[in-house]
Amino acid sequence: MNAERPVVLDIKDLAVSLGRQPDAPRIIDGVSLQVRQGETLCVVGESGSGKSVTSLTVMGLLPKKILAPTRGSITLAGEDVLAASDRRLRQLRATTMAMIFQEPMTALNPVVPVGRQIDEVLRAHTGLDAGARRQRILAMMEQVRLPDIARIFKSYPHQLSGGQRQRIMIAMALVLEPKLLIADEPTTALDVTTQKQILALIRDLQRDHGTAVLFITHDMGVVAEIADRVAVMRQGRIVESGPLDSVLRAPTMEYTRNLLSAVPSLVPRAPRPASQEPIVLETNALGKIYRERSFLGTSREVAAAQDVTLTLRKGRTLGIVGESGSGKSTVARCIVRLIDPTSGSVRLVGREISELSRPALRPHRKRIQIVFQDPYRSLNPRVTVGESIAEGPVNYGASRADALRRAGELLELVDLPADALSRYPHQFSGGQRQRIAIARALALDPDVLVADEAVSALDVSVQAQVLDLFDEIQTRLGIALLFITHDLRVAAQICDEVMVMQHGRIVEQGPAAEVLTRPGQAYTQQLLDAAPGRNWDFANFRPVNAQIAMPSPGTG
Amino acid sequence: MAVDALPEPSIRITPRRLGRDVLRTSPIIAVAVLCLAAIVLLAIFAPLVAPHDPQLLAPALRLKPANAEFPLGTDAYGRDVLSRILYGGRISLLIGLGAALFSIVIGLLIGLVSGFFKWLDAVMMRIMDGLMAIPSILLAIAVVSLSGASLTTVLIAITIPEIPRVARLVRSVVLSAREEPYVEAAISVGSSLPKIMWRHLMPNTVAPLIVQGTYVCASAILTEAILSFLGAGISPEIPTWGNIMAEGRAFFQIKPSLIFWPGLMLSIAILSVNLIGDAARDALDPRMKRRGGNA
Repeated sequence: MNAERPVVLDIKDLAVSLGRQPDAPRIIDGVSLQVRQGETLCVVGESGSGKSVTSLTVMGLLPKKILAPTRGSITLAGEDVLAASDRRLRQLRATTMAMIFQEPMTALNPVVPVGRQIDEVLRAHTGLDAGARRQRILAMMEQVRLPDIARIFKSYPHQLSGGQRQRIMIAMALVLEPKLLIADEPTTALDVTTQKQILALIRDLQRDHGTAVLFITHDMGVVAEIADRVAVMRQGRIVESGPLDSVLRAPTMEYTRNLLSAVPSLVPRAPRPASQEPIVLETNALGKIYRERSFLGTSREVAAAQDVTLTLRKGRTLGIVGESGSGKSTVARCIVRLIDPTSGSVRLVGREISELSRPALRPHRKRIQIVFQDPYRSLNPRVTVGESIAEGPVNYGASRADALRRAGELLELVDLPADALSRYPHQFSGGQRQRIAIARALALDPDVLVADEAVSALDVSVQAQVLDLFDEIQTRLGIALLFITHDLRVAAQICDEVMVMQHGRIVEQGPAAEVLTRPGQAYTQQLLDAAPGRNWDFANFRPVNAQIAMPSPGTG
Repeated sequence: MAVDALPEPSIRITPRRLGRDVLRTSPIIAVAVLCLAAIVLLAIFAPLVAPHDPQLLAPALRLKPANAEFPLGTDAYGRDVLSRILYGGRISLLIGLGAALFSIVIGLLIGLVSGFFKWLDAVMMRIMDGLMAIPSILLAIAVVSLSGASLTTVLIAITIPEIPRVARLVRSVVLSAREEPYVEAAISVGSSLPKIMWRHLMPNTVAPLIVQGTYVCASAILTEAILSFLGAGISPEIPTWGNIMAEGRAFFQIKPSLIFWPGLMLSIAILSVNLIGDAARDALDPRMKRRGGNA
């Protein structure tokens, strides 16, 4: 239906190399794509696939001395972008194309009110006087559905929420009515409910203004929500492209099929029979209150977690889900005693640990281990993998040789070659590092493993593998898992029980199959509705139909 | 911002490559390295190189101009100026190196401890603030006049005011490093505090400390010279660059070279150390390096 609309962006056979030498390695190799007016093209790919470099090339924002376009052409509304001067590019960037980024906090200037930041764009590119500019900015802010626009106009970025900041970025990008909007993972840093609103906003604005949108994302769910057409990228090349429906229903390439199959389903996996194994972890009315004392001595209390009661049996998985600031990580860190809870109790294998002093806690630490979110920061870059894994056992009296031998076995358990022992973390990919972190946690034979967003930073295909690994470890070692995640899809695939948190409190708790299909609370329903791509069953290449509403009988 | 979003091309930094880059981008650093190396070698081998005994008095040869036997002439007591400058370098460099070493060792300990223990932090840092509030020269003069002038007391007097600077630097590095997940991981696998500090926190401080060390070294050499010049330093018969200048001051109008040559050596040494420190800072901070590459 879009075939007759004019092409806004036309990329032909683009190659971008590391430097200008003819034999330099190509980051982008032979990419061709078109975006028509009023159309959204989603470029989807895993990290390092070259999707961001493609968008930066269009914007003329490549770091000149490092990356250079060496072949092909980019035509934006009839104008050759690669041949444009820096001066012309600056004009184009505001008036014809605009870009929004993943992290609006760093994309905005923290010391200038947001209204003035939008004004800078108008001042630089229009001849309007101050009053007309203000009118136009306020109108734009209303269009991006910001509340109380007169106040927000004068606000600084830190006074706004993440969603509001992203709206400001969108207002700034669209205020001059560009023909092309490039959105580079614009919702990745946002909570699902906010993400849903922002995606709807981009859609509506696009409809009203006829903007062409080049949308870059790694998230198939987001693709299903917003794309008209999809281009799948891998290692600097476009693997497959086509209309949304045909790519999701009938992917022709093996890589696309694998990518889609790796997306965890929102339909919970078949529940395991209820367990009568002993309880290994329970908390009772656990709470953590932060007291902020201001300069003048007035104090303010913030309850990061309140009244959290949970039980976890051997060999089971309990998921804590919630948006950022819901207190799910606080609970995890209180349980592992990285921070001290202010009230309530934590019983680990029958032993109360919430009030133990640090030295008294030490013998119990090895019973509960934690895997962190960011595999790039959770391993000391200056310590070899073997030493990192062996550190725990050595602390508890194992000889170094024994501990290293055990580390080798653990590496095998997490599917890494044994020669990884003597290598350093930077020699491994994100997924491999997360495996190393898991091996380190397992080195102490814990009863409970806490995974704090342990798969959130990974690409979907890697994420699927690491989830499988958790599953395998659990069946093999009978370990209990406390799985903290913001991703309902992940929770649906790994958890036996699920606990939903909001504002530091438990909203709902119960078997995963129950909570994630027939939620009892409005907030849980809201989270489920906001999950991007909830209408698609990616792994089976079809839309989700009515059968989702019928959970298997006899649960719980 | 846009540049940060790019996958960074993985360019491994090896020491040799680093050295080559630094030398190619700035020949001044190469000159500084050569100058410092020459000064250090001359000081170490002073007994072999110096034409005369630096402390040998020869009243008959007072204030001789430069000639074949005394390349830089003689001072008011007939001692060979060149020999005194060569020997003087030994004390000056020893003090620079010693002050850098001791202030880093002590400052590192204080900084690690107060960066890690919040309850100790306030007390430690107020003491450090107090030390920083006292002018360093004044403090040094006080210490020297209380316990008498010797190499040790001068070294102590110069080191003390440098400690707070190092401690603060280490503390700030530790404060941010202790929030890293790998430190929390070490806590959760039951590592003891000394082990966490030594193995996971301390290595983060090495790069900034190398840089700070060069600054301490340069300023210690200068402070020693000032103390000697003021007469509060090591006893005057022992040659240091400061002593030589202090003694030359009285004869400045008759023979300015008595001040010129040791002053020149002092300036070159300090300038070289500072330039090398700057280069080390740029080379060890990848952000500085990248910015430099893009500018």
